[in-house]
Order: sequence, then structure tokens, then C-alpha cells
Amino acid sequence: MSTASNTQKKGGFLAGTANYLDERVGVAGILKEFGRKVFPDHWSFMLGEVALYSFLVLLLSGTFLTFWFQPSMAVVEYNGVFAPLKGAEMSIAYASTLDISFEVRGGLLMRQVHHWSALLFVAAAGLHMLRVFFTGAFRKPREINWVVGFALFVLGMAAGFTGYSLPDDLLSGNGLRIIDGMIKGLPVIGAYTSSLLFGGEFPGETIVARLYGLHILLVPALILIFIVIHLFMVVIHKHTHYSGPGRTDSNVVGYPLMPVYVAKAGGFFFLVFGVIMLVAATFTINPVWNYGGYDPSPVSAGTQPDWYIGFLDGALRLAPSHLEVVDAFGFTWAFNILLPMIVGVGLLAVVAVYPFIEGWVTGDKREHHVLDRPRNAPVRTAIGAAGVTFYAVLWAGASTDLIATNFKTSLNQVLTTMQISLFVLPVLAFWITKRACLALQRKDREIVLHGRESGRIVRLPHGEYVEVHEPLEEFELYKLVDFKAYQPTLARPNAQGKITIRARIRAGLSRFFFEDRIMPVTGSELEAAQHDHGPAIESQETKALH
Amino acid sequence: MSDSEHDYGTGLAVVTDDVVKNPGIEPHRVRMTDKSVKHENRASRQVTAMFLASIAGSAFAIYAYFAFPITAELLTVRVSTLLLGLGMTLGLFGIGFGAVHWAKTLMPDAEVAEDRHITRGSEEVRARAIEIIKLADSESGFSRRKLIRRSLYGALAFFPLPAIMLFGDLGPNPADTLRHTMWKAGTRLTKDPTGTPIKASDVTVGSVFHVIPEGLSDLSEHKLEEKAKAAVLLVRLNPEDLKEAEDRKSWSYDGIVAYSKICTHVGCPVALYEQHTHHLLCPCHQSTFDVTEACKVIFGPASRPLPQLPIAVDSEGYLIAQSDFTEPVGPSFWERKI
Repeated sequence: MSTASNTQKKGGFLAGTANYLDERVGVAGILKEFGRKVFPDHWSFMLGEVALYSFLVLLLSGTFLTFWFQPSMAVVEYNGVFAPLKGAEMSIAYASTLDISFEVRGGLLMRQVHHWSALLFVAAAGLHMLRVFFTGAFRKPREINWVVGFALFVLGMAAGFTGYSLPDDLLSGNGLRIIDGMIKGLPVIGAYTSSLLFGGEFPGETIVARLYGLHILLVPALILIFIVIHLFMVVIHKHTHYSGPGRTDSNVVGYPLMPVYVAKAGGFFFLVFGVIMLVAATFTINPVWNYGGYDPSPVSAGTQPDWYIGFLDGALRLAPSHLEVVDAFGFTWAFNILLPMIVGVGLLAVVAVYPFIEGWVTGDKREHHVLDRPRNAPVRTAIGAAGVTFYAVLWAGASTDLIATNFKTSLNQVLTTMQISLFVLPVLAFWITKRACLALQRKDREIVLHGRESGRIVRLPHGEYVEVHEPLEEFELYKLVDFKAYQPTLARPNAQGKITIRARIRAGLSRFFFEDRIMPVTGSELEAAQHDHGPAIESQETKALH
Repeated sequence: MSDSEHDYGTGLAVVTDDVVKNPGIEPHRVRMTDKSVKHENRASRQVTAMFLASIAGSAFAIYAYFAFPITAELLTVRVSTLLLGLGMTLGLFGIGFGAVHWAKTLMPDAEVAEDRHITRGSEEVRARAIEIIKLADSESGFSRRKLIRRSLYGALAFFPLPAIMLFGDLGPNPADTLRHTMWKAGTRLTKDPTGTPIKASDVTVGSVFHVIPEGLSDLSEHKLEEKAKAAVLLVRLNPEDLKEAEDRKSWSYDGIVAYSKICTHVGCPVALYEQHTHHLLCPCHQSTFDVTEACKVIFGPASRPLPQLPIAVDSEGYLIAQSDFTEPVGPSFWERKI
């Protein structure tokens, strides 16, 4: 008794709770394992966090909206407070969206929080993917996690699209109409798929309820599952870190989870939420009351989807005229729809499999935990730049009409320019980026071997003028020399003495990747350079100054 | 090194021992808050102030909820949204900035290193894993009992099939609905959305009417589905501007022509009419159709001309349809030509 009360007194409530939890769920072991887990610090690692936190905000604000939103397409006469639509016939879904906006305190705020955080979620996930790509964080052992992340990005778009269509307003209804048109264009299954999706003819009376089920249950559940897998793998692999002093492939350098990252990452959630809240409080998004309920006849000019669907819409617009083959084998081949779909899906497919292609070409089976600086993988960085450019042209393609009206040019010229740009600009971006990376690498070598230009000109005793180069601090220097280099290979015959096509392709790709390369400064090169002139000039300078 | 734990192939990597020596983690730079109690106390006060600001923000949001209710006046919605949102923003920012400031100024910022272990299990672990799989296999007879195994594969392949069938009732077979619209011989052309019939004499040259079939507004069901197919644009041109094919000469009336408003690309309403060029423009993807030449595509991703609705005038002078469209309206589909 007395011992028990003693422990009570010593530890108090917290110790009591901890003891209770440990004896039931083994919380001590969990804390021992994860409490001091080290995470590296870098601003670019926060992009994924932004995506994660905006997803949490989506769950919170979305749940709020479900308490009022009614996913029914039954027609009612609007009788709410928004005067311009009073008496109009509209679906219950649209009417309840108006009610959330105009009759629920904070309802409009939450709608805007939800929409803004959806835009942010896909944007942050996309930027996070770009960070992972350009730093080579997808290399072994993280290839599978790349695919999981890719799935999350696609699911994010799916969540966005299904949600966008729910209010059943004119704008989103026209978006669905476009989807219907695209589905109908699919060979063989088009008309059937459209009928199954819409429960008969477009628009039908069920699509909103069906999308609602997907939007609030299936898609978020999948996103949640994939997030869990994604983070689980981060725990298994431990986070990557940038090259720098003390960082290697066999350690992780940073700050402990408790207390530093609990405070930083926990605080960051509130910052992300705060930014979303601030934007939602001050900037209107998707003012559905301006558009009216869905009606298949009217449409507003300058229509555009949410930003992340833009590249698909742009692909549709950039398709050349008269692509459709109306009567081949008695069937209609809607290539004006199929080609853009193939381009969009193809682009995504290349993104999904890229780690496996690069891994196959390098044949490097080691684990990589130190990130590449983008310049140190010139061809990968150039491929990324070309991909981003291709996506950007498709994306801008969704605004051809707005570009034409705002810049007072001809729509035809804008479109033709975009069509040409789609092929020319990525090649240009590839070339410029690759050259820029190689130049930056050369600059790095120069700085490592000869020091930094100080801008101080010194006259030597015999009359020669030299600029003093200041050697780098060893910690700073190490960042510039720590990277892995690769060299191309020849197509070698296999055991049967045959050079396979596979080997030829790999050899060709290896040349493409590594033909032009700058090697990291080696230890002996550095030593030779330091003996050579670095200290010499420094000492001459000292002499000259005194 | 992870590489020393297991010998992975290095592929095309240039592997060399001649590397610049890793100098180890940079020595920790001491912050002001580490060495000065004054700074430490100030940072501590700052963090507290931020948390208190958060409380103030949340309290303000609650105050705004009651003090600025929303009424039928639209401005009140804006005010409520703004003030509630700003209060909650302060509530969130106070916590966020407070916690981050706390971490950055008062918690240790010396970097620490932790070892990584290669992801691959040790030889021992892998051997045990293989042993477990073999044991499970021999105990269950999974490899040995081929009949059981194959019948299980069969059962697993078949069991989802009924579930797939269950989705069959998501929608009917498209059947012929895509080929027909509400238009019939004698159906009057009426204005969208009022439903008033249109007299040919009211259609002046250069004017454009958004048209629906008579009776559409009275439909008790499938109103939108019918409208999505039957919407029509009516335009009157100078008859000499129209270049009409021989077989379509009878489809217009004194320069008045009617075309489907549903784009042949992906189905948006082709709602913009450019009067001086007689072009119809779809605002979604900018397909452009020339009304003077049977609405053929002159720009944009569409491939087929807009279907024409043959029209005539009834005894009272109202515009009527001669028949339904002679081809399916709207976006292409596989069986369109059959």
C-alpha cells in the first residue's frame, strides 16, 4: 500500500497514465523505438508535409460539408435566401450547396477551405514528386514508394474531380459533359460505359450520388491507405538527406523526433491550416451561385477546369482538326479524343516507371540515401525539365481562349503556337538544362580546386597581377564533391556470345545518360591543387600585404 | 557503409577509393538563446505571446459567429466568412508560429547522426524466412497437391464475376436512345427556356435563337436528358450567303437554318455566334463551325459538322421541324455509323 501510494506521489497523473498505457499497449517500447528517431532538415522535405496536412484539412472540412450537402439530383424550386435564383428549378444538390453557402454560418468558409485545400493538396503532391525526382530520391530502395506516391497523386486528381462535380452547377455540369463525350469516344465500350456511369443518358439523375459515394468514401479511403503505406516505407528506409559533411549512405543526420520534430512538424500543420484558412477567408473560389444550376443548353465563355485537370483539357484542345476517322470497318474512331487521352495517360505512365528505367540503365544495385544535387545528374534533370515543359504546354493549352482574348491575338495563332511548342519546347528545355547542369558542375570543380574568386587583385613583387582565390572551408567543399558518377557501357555479348537487343538498348541509353559527364573531384586532385597554387598565392599575398 | 554489409552490384557507377575525405558533421554553432539568459527569456516570452494570440484569435472567431450572423443580405455572408476565417487563422497561426519558434530557439539544434541499416534482411533472417515458407508449403501441401491448388485458383478467379455482373444495372444498354431526339415532324421550335413558339417572320436577318422543342418544358421526367440532345441554334442569314447542298435546299426556310447546339467534339453547347462571320464557336475547346457551309468544322478539335435540323413553317407561320435529326447529335461513339 505504502509503496503504491509513494509511486503515485512521485510520478503523479502523467506517470500513472504512462504506466497504464504501457501495461496495455506497450507504449514504452514504441517510444524507445521512435521517440528519438532522427529526421534530416531541409525546406524541400516540407512539400510532402504540406500535402499530408492539406489532406487532413480536407477530411475535417469535408466532413463538415457532408452534414448539409444532399447528393440528390431530384428537381426542386429554389426558395432560399439568394434572391437572383429564387424560384429557379434546380437539383437538390445545387440547392443544398447554396444553402451551405448562404444559410450556414461558416458554411461558405468551409466550402472555400475545402476547395482551396484540394487545390493545394494536388499542387503540394506534385511539387513533392518533382523534388523527389530531381534529387534522385526514387532510387533503390525507394522505387516502390515512388509508385505509391504516384498513385497518391492520381488519387488526388480523382478526389478533386469527383468533388468538383458534386454541386451540380453549370460549370461542373459542363465538365461532366466533357467527360461523357470523352468516354463515348472510347472504342467498343464507349456508349456502354457512359450509360453505366450516368445510369442511362447524360446527365441522368444518379451521377451526383454516385460521385458522392466515390468522393467521400472510396477515394479518401484509398488515399488514406496509400498515405499509411507511403509513411510506413519512410520509416523503413529512414529519410534521405542531402550530401554534406558527415552525411553518408549509412547514416541519417538531423534532429530527433521528440521534441524537435513534434514541435516543428506539429506547428507546421497549424501553419498550413492557417494559410488555407486565411486564403479561404479572403479569396472567393468556385462561386457556384454565379453559374446557376446545370442546364445542358447554356455555357459560359472562358470555362476552365480546376488546375490539375488542365493538362488533360489542354491536350483535348491541342488535337488537330479532322482527326476523327468516321467510317473504318464500319465503326467510328474518335482519334481527336483518343489521341489526347493517350498523350495524358502516356505522360503519367512515363512518370510512374521512370525509376525502373534509370535503375536498369545504371545497373547500380546499391542503396542510395544521399540525395543528388540536380546538377550532378544532368540528363535526369534535363528529362525532368523536358517533362515539366511538356506538361506546362498542355496546361497552358487549356487557356488558349483566355490567352487570345487577354493578349488580343488570334486564337488560331495561339493554338498553332502551342501545338508546335508541345514538341519543340521540351527538346529545347532538355538541351538547355543539360548544358546548364554540366556548366554548373564545371563551376563546382573550379571552385573546389581553385577556390572562390575573392575580387581582390594583388600585385606580386615581380609586377604580375593576380586575383586572390579563397579556398573553401572543408565542410562547404565536401558538399560539392560528394556525388556518384557513372560512365556509359558498350553492348556486350551474353554467355552465348550474342549481343541482344536489350543489351544494345541499354548501351544506347547509357550513352544518352552518361556520355557527357563531369566527374567529382578526387582526393588526389584536390591535394595536388592545394599544393599547387592555393596556399602559394595566399602566402604571396601575405607577403605582398606586409 | 551499407555496401560493406552486402555486396551490391555497382553497375555503371565509377567506384574509386580516391575520394575527398568526409570531414564529419560540422561543429554546432551556438545560438544567442543558448548563451544568453536574456535572449532565452525573450524567446520564451515570444512563444507564450503567440500561444496567447492564438487563444485571442479563437475567442474572436466565436465572438464573430454570434456578433455577425448571416441574413438575407449577401454582404453579411461575406462579413461572417471574413471575420470567422480571420479569427480562426489567428488561432491556427498562433499555435503554428509558437511551436516552430519554440523549436527553433529553445530546443537543441545540434545535429545528431543515427545509423542506417541495409533494408535487406541478414543472411540468417532470409534463410529463416525461406525455411518458414518451405515449412508452410510442406505442411499445407500447397505445391504437392496440384488439384487443390488449381481448383482454388479457379474458385478465386470466378468468385468476383457475380460481383461484376451486379454492376450491370448501373445503367441500361444505350440501345437507340443516342440516335433519336424529341424532334418529330411538326414539332414547333420554341425559345429556350420560355417555350414560346417562334414565328418565321420574327426571325430577322442576323438574329440567333436558342431553341428547344415544343413540349420539352412540360416533360415530367428526363427533361435534361432530352434537352441535352435536342438543343438547337436557329440563325437567319441572307439566303444568298448560304451555300446549301442540293439535297438540303429544302431543309432551310428563307435563310433560316437550325443546327444542333451540341458540339460534335465532346458535347459542350456551341453557344457563341459570331454575327459578321457567321461562325459558331464552342467555348469549351474552341471548335468553330461555319453556318454558311452547313456548319462544317473550320477550326478546333471537332471533326464532324453540326447536324442540321430540317425545318419548315406551319399554317400559322410558326417554325416547325420536318423530322428528327437525320444523324445522331453530339459526341462520336463507336457504333455511330451502324
